[in-house]
Amino acid sequence: MGLDFKGRSFISLNDMDKEELLYLMEKSAEVKAGKHKGFLKEKTVATLFFEPSTRTRLSFETAVLQQGGNVFGFSSSASSSVQKGESLTDTIKTITGYCDAIVMRHKIEGAARRASQAATVPVINAGDGANQHPTQTFLDIFTMLEKKGSLDGKTIGLMGDLKYGRTTHSLLIALSFFKVKLVFISPEELKMPEHYTDFLKTKKIDFEERDLLDQTATALDFLYCTRIQKERFFDPMEYERVKGSYILDRESISLLGESTYIMHPLPRVDEISEDVDDDQRAIYFEQAHNGVPVRQALLGLVLGTIK
Amino acid sequence: MSSDRSFRVFKIEEGTVIDHIPSPLGLFVLDILGHKNEGIISIGLNFDSRQVGKKDLIKFEHKVIRKEETDKIALVAPQATINIIKEGKVVEKRDIDVPDSIEGFLTCMNPNCITNQEKVKTAFDVIDKEKVKVKCRYCERVWEVKPNMIEKDGR
Repeated sequence: MGLDFKGRSFISLNDMDKEELLYLMEKSAEVKAGKHKGFLKEKTVATLFFEPSTRTRLSFETAVLQQGGNVFGFSSSASSSVQKGESLTDTIKTITGYCDAIVMRHKIEGAARRASQAATVPVINAGDGANQHPTQTFLDIFTMLEKKGSLDGKTIGLMGDLKYGRTTHSLLIALSFFKVKLVFISPEELKMPEHYTDFLKTKKIDFEERDLLDQTATALDFLYCTRIQKERFFDPMEYERVKGSYILDRESISLLGESTYIMHPLPRVDEISEDVDDDQRAIYFEQAHNGVPVRQALLGLVLGTIK
Repeated sequence: MSSDRSFRVFKIEEGTVIDHIPSPLGLFVLDILGHKNEGIISIGLNFDSRQVGKKDLIKFEHKVIRKEETDKIALVAPQATINIIKEGKVVEKRDIDVPDSIEGFLTCMNPNCITNQEKVKTAFDVIDKEKVKVKCRYCERVWEVKPNMIEKDGR
């Protein structure tokens, strides 16, 4: 007996449990395998990107179109009525009457939660400021499960900006559903915030913190990289000093194990050099492509067109 | 000693007494509760107290303050005691419970939270009752409650 996601909004990983996540993963695998076809036919999805995003918006739009649905929306708040001073609540209350589901990204944290209260159709959070980006986490977990079958007993390294990066925060919550070991690799300034490490302690998840990628990386099943942004540093000299330590190139990937997969939420700037792309362990583009079936499955479930 | 004190802060026949508020939070607690313009209120500040060192107390005459309201005090003065008085006698000794959730009374300290950008009633879940840590239901940030997060006048 499947779970019923019909009519539900997806705003935060904090609203989900392991069973629900695994159910979504199972349905995503079925969609990817072609078991469900055309299930968004006659459905209209609004993609409201108050903050620009290329990857996520195109991934959602492709997801809908491939399954026979329609999309409309905007790709920046400059092209929406927000420009005229309309409140988010009013925008949502209007658009909810035109569509079957809303996908939205907004720079204000909590905007998606607010929208889900104002809407009469399901709202999917495609990123709210530094808070959550649940569908990124869904595709990350999907990719990990696809590669290793299960996450129990696996060791996952998270590297780069662990302080401000919302993808690593959402991912950490999802990983805490499994018996994983986590290794945080970051400069002191960008360490995983204490409330997340406290959370891991309460969930009895084993973790360690390192300031460099070293020989121990050979034991990793996955290395999840994120970008270190210059503007996060008070002292630009400090940025220059640390940035090189978190760049993956042909030399540094020799520290990884033979089956350590390299992941990245993208876009990358210079944290993974292009000559790593050909390495069989580099799966970040494959990871991005998985966004389509995962988002299709999620939309199918919330619209009740797949079960 | 106790008879001496009764001259300082009048005994009330009917109403609500909030005692053992650690000084200097008495006026702040009054701010939180509101009701400042309703009936007679006696306030005592800086009494010696074995429990809390220096304490403040507030007496609301002819006014029974509801439990949902007195529970708000838990966020700043969980040690305070509440007595409801009728015909000169204590008819209810009320505990202060830290609520499981708080709606529309704390301000989220995150300037980028939707509750600080649009007209949205704030909502928090209490995740640690001892340290009084709350999590915003919108931006999901965790805060240890500080007096500057509290909207005054019982709004």
